[in-house]
Amino acid sequence: MTAIENRSVVLDPEEARRVRQQRLEKIGSWVLPLAIMVVAVWFWDRICVWNDIPKYILPRPGVVVQTLQDDAPLLFSSLLVTLKITFLSLALAILGGVGLAVLFAQSKWVEMSFFPFAVILQVTPIVAIFPLINIYVDNQTAKLLLCAWIVAFFPILSNTTLGLNSVDRNLRDLFRLNGATRWQELWHLRLPAAMPYFLGGLKIAGGLSLIGAVVAEFVAGTSGQASGLASRIIEAGYRLNAPRLFAALILISLTGIVIFLVLSLLSHLILRRWHESALKQEA
Amino acid sequence: MLQKVADRDDSGQRGTAPLLSFKGVGKVFSNGVTALDDVNLDVREGDFVSLLGPSGCGKSTALRLIARLSTPTSGQLEWRKALGDDCVGFVFQEPTLLPWASVFDNVWLPLRLRGVSRLKATPAVMEMLARVHLENFADAVPRELSGGMKMRVSIARAMVTKPRVLLMDEPFAALDEITRFKLNNDLLELWQQERFTAVFVTHSVFESVFLSSRIVVMAAKPGRVFRDMTVDAPYPRDEAFRTSSTYAELCRRTSDELSVAMDARVETRP
Repeated sequence: MTAIENRSVVLDPEEARRVRQQRLEKIGSWVLPLAIMVVAVWFWDRICVWNDIPKYILPRPGVVVQTLQDDAPLLFSSLLVTLKITFLSLALAILGGVGLAVLFAQSKWVEMSFFPFAVILQVTPIVAIFPLINIYVDNQTAKLLLCAWIVAFFPILSNTTLGLNSVDRNLRDLFRLNGATRWQELWHLRLPAAMPYFLGGLKIAGGLSLIGAVVAEFVAGTSGQASGLASRIIEAGYRLNAPRLFAALILISLTGIVIFLVLSLLSHLILRRWHESALKQEA
Repeated sequence: MLQKVADRDDSGQRGTAPLLSFKGVGKVFSNGVTALDDVNLDVREGDFVSLLGPSGCGKSTALRLIARLSTPTSGQLEWRKALGDDCVGFVFQEPTLLPWASVFDNVWLPLRLRGVSRLKATPAVMEMLARVHLENFADAVPRELSGGMKMRVSIARAMVTKPRVLLMDEPFAALDEITRFKLNNDLLELWQQERFTAVFVTHSVFESVFLSSRIVVMAAKPGRVFRDMTVDAPYPRDEAFRTSSTYAELCRRTSDELSVAMDARVETRP
């Protein structure tokens, strides 16, 4: 067992140095990126001041933050619209991706027959498909959803398929020996084994569904009350309202970061007890 | 202790018809490799049979045939009577545990697949865990265990359905010697308590002599039975047996047979 007791032992210089190093790295991993960020923002501010750049070209960070506050009602209602599309499409991507993967896992023939279609759907740029979707689908929300879904579902499908197929051969033999049904094998063996792969795909899909939602809105060119952040950006661009453009951009980035962090945390919580990727390095 | 030995002898005589017979069994893989050729072999009830041989002699293939994980190309395997699928337990070369499931859940698995609920399975699972001295680790996950402990879980899992035949495919090959000796002792103890029939694949002469009542020496290319030896040493066998001259002598003889078997392979080459 690796139950190392926490005793107050006298460390030799080498071990003491290692402990110090680890502590420094732990702090550094937070402080360094933050410090670089602060310096970058400060530099951005200085560039604006030193070069007398007008705010409709490059606003100072302070102005952007001010805009974020002033335009909050408008921006946040748009953010909600974008979030709705993002999460709905992510949910559909999970459903579709996992569902199709499970279907593929039932038979090599099904997988061989249909996987190429998924690849074609994936490699064709969504912007190029959109005019077609625009013709066939009337409902604005459905349009955007379909778009974001096409972008987001593939990593889940391909990762989950890989996971379902990479089960230890001996474990499959064990299930056969014990007379497991196809359903039992799927539920007790293949799905849990695919979990790390699925979560890896989910992390990618989370970001992609946001990108999909924004890109879809860009090409759809919606406007008016129920429009998302992408429309705000286009609008702000036309009006040379750079501060609002930056504010909207920051909101989108923050959303992406939050999605990534939440999915990383979810993945960690699910895998922490057993999967190598979630284990802390043991000295 | 003597009583136990007597019991075992009794059961050996009672089961005069073999529990399982290989009748001219051959297995050819699709790539043209002849894994087994005309194998005739009887396994009697209560036997501890070791299949000993160099790699490529088809011993693992023979085990998979018994487990019905594979079917023979020629000949057939005859069971004494129609035994259900439940009669066989299998221990793989690696522990082959579900990494996400606790030790308890891993041992529960064979019962769970047969529709036994957690509550109903608990006494059987806990008893098996106690048998392999892991009753305090029911909630641990495999990665928290040492290699030897994982193997114990694997054995407990194979035994939880009370199989008539326990098949083991070089289960201790990856363990260090101290752990292997310990597990050898524990396995024999379990065998004497549960009185199952054991078919044990190994490439270690010492291990096969220590454990078996019979050693089947196999030769490679094509895989076949070379010699069927009875190990004339009483059970229970313990550390004293391991250091005895009888043991050394038996090992020497088995080792000689094995080297002849390995030479035989060279001679039969075209």
